[in-house]
Amino acid sequence: MAEPAPDSAFLRIEGVSKTFGTFQAVRDVTLSVQRGEIFSLLGGSGCGKTTLLRMLAGFETPSAGRIFLDGRDMAGVPPWSRPVHMMFQSYALFPHMSVEQNIGYGLKHETMTKAERAGRVRDMLDLVQLSPLALRKPHQISGGQRQRVALARALARQPKLLLLDEPLAALDKKLREQTQFELMSIQQRTGVTFIVVTHDQEEAMTLSDRIAVMDRGEVRQVGSPTEIYEYPASRFVASFIGSITSMEATINGRSAEGRMDLNVPALGGVVQVRDMPSFADGQGVTLALRPEKLQISKDRPPGPNAIAGLVKDLAYFGKDSLYRIALPSGALVQVHAVNLRRGDEASRVADWDDQVWLSFDPTSAIVLGD
Amino acid sequence: MRRGLAHWFDRRGWSDLIISVPYLWLSFFFLVPFLIVLAMSVATKSPTAPPFSFGGDYPLVNLEGYARLVSDGLYLRAFLTSVWNAGVATVFCLLLGYPMALALTRVSRSWRNILLMLVILPFWTSFLLRVYAWMGLMGKSSWFNVLLTDLWNGAVPVAWAVKSLPMMHSNFAVILVMVYTYLPFMILPLYASLERLDPTLDEAALDLGSRPWQVFLDVTLPQSLPGLIAGGLLVFIPAAGELVIPTLVGDSAAPMIGRVISDEFSSARDWPMASAVAVALLVLMVVPTMIYTRYQAKSEGAK
Repeated sequence: MAEPAPDSAFLRIEGVSKTFGTFQAVRDVTLSVQRGEIFSLLGGSGCGKTTLLRMLAGFETPSAGRIFLDGRDMAGVPPWSRPVHMMFQSYALFPHMSVEQNIGYGLKHETMTKAERAGRVRDMLDLVQLSPLALRKPHQISGGQRQRVALARALARQPKLLLLDEPLAALDKKLREQTQFELMSIQQRTGVTFIVVTHDQEEAMTLSDRIAVMDRGEVRQVGSPTEIYEYPASRFVASFIGSITSMEATINGRSAEGRMDLNVPALGGVVQVRDMPSFADGQGVTLALRPEKLQISKDRPPGPNAIAGLVKDLAYFGKDSLYRIALPSGALVQVHAVNLRRGDEASRVADWDDQVWLSFDPTSAIVLGD
Repeated sequence: MRRGLAHWFDRRGWSDLIISVPYLWLSFFFLVPFLIVLAMSVATKSPTAPPFSFGGDYPLVNLEGYARLVSDGLYLRAFLTSVWNAGVATVFCLLLGYPMALALTRVSRSWRNILLMLVILPFWTSFLLRVYAWMGLMGKSSWFNVLLTDLWNGAVPVAWAVKSLPMMHSNFAVILVMVYTYLPFMILPLYASLERLDPTLDEAALDLGSRPWQVFLDVTLPQSLPGLIAGGLLVFIPAAGELVIPTLVGDSAAPMIGRVISDEFSSARDWPMASAVAVALLVLMVVPTMIYTRYQAKSEGAK
């Protein structure tokens, strides 16, 4: 009997590393995932997220560290004995089997009667709404349908943990949005814990309860989508999730209650941000501004953080517009503005080469130490 | 008219010309000779040169050759010997070749090239030389025979002891040399079909609870069927018509069909009979090929 995991987390990854030859794919990762959560591993290619997933599935053995699932140490447990199923990026459907046979494949290892097995396959087909296609072969159905077969096949044995490797990457944009919500609703109905590997930050944001941002084999930050987006812990996370304008800054002092003054050469002066006691006066920091946290106006707005600039570029998306504002220092700042009012080009807030003012709320700015 | 021809040539002249090359080749070197053999098979043996004629006592078509195929036990036995020897050789090629082909797909790329080269390497030596090498090995006084004889005598009661193993001039020798000769023809198509398989399918099956041997039976084997059938036909068809191997190492009292055809043509100078046997052999071989082609067309259509 394996000793129980030190805390009650459903899945606990403790100091796991994986080395291939001289390449360290995963470095000392510690994570815990709660039962019924959708947890994403987010990172660029080669960040170690897929290797971590394959260690959970049992295809790779950790070079160091341990993995506990529901209190059980998974070391030495082969893939075929793990209550963990995986939905592969390529779906990996068996081409010589029908949709029905694919979904029922794992069930032949369960002790259940023929009727029970058929019933489970039928339930799964209903769950992913593929009942009419039960007898088709994988090459006779569309990409989106294949994705649902792969999901049903992985869920059929009612795993404790479902691993999804880039579940939406092979789908086109429209289908991806629709499938996202479907995945979430299926997860809610089945209650299975999902671990999703993705390189797509939007996908991670909409699907997940929590996200672990990975970079070069390490977990850089774990948190809810909101935490990761609004309170990034490092420049890497800030720039990886969403777009952002980062600038060098120095802490100038604390002139007002709850405020901190930053000298930002790129903005051509001093701005005010929310005070963060962990930073000392004179310390060099990074000021990061999300495009949608900046306001753009023709006249100088009241308040401390107003910067003059020139509209260098403008991209009109319909519901909103993206501006690139050139500051006198030469820096470029991105601003996202929702097009609240209907009108033609003349009614826009700003046009090419217009002189405009940027402003932001002191609490909206992100200040990072590294 | 000329304008029409030029128009046709502009539109599809080159593609039609290129497509027609294999058809022309097959017509000249397969269809026409086959028709000649077919015609000979219904001719009458005569002491002329060439030793057959049409007409005479018989009308133009003389089916005596075909009648003897059924009535004379020699031909039927030769057919059965051929099918049995070729069948056993095919099964052994499969049992030996499948693991080798599978291993080829599992080793690193640089090893794969070396091993593939080793599979093809025997073709660089003359086929006849390789059969003679086997004759030497199987001969009564060769080290190989002595070694096997000692092993045999050590393993069985003294009463069964032999001075040497009678390997030469037997169906065993024919099958052994045919397995050796045709093994690459089994390995290469099997390797080609196994190499195309997606390794993530194996992982998917493992992930869904199958042990490695179940993965092989459920995923690998069914998907390699086309390669298995192609390899089987590539071994079985030439092995069934094999002439050189049974002539050199086989039992002359139980000839294979290739030997019978050769004897009818040369020593018996009965060309019509030889042709009838050849046509019968062809028909016998065409049936499994047609089954395979249909199977392949079906699975291609399914893709």
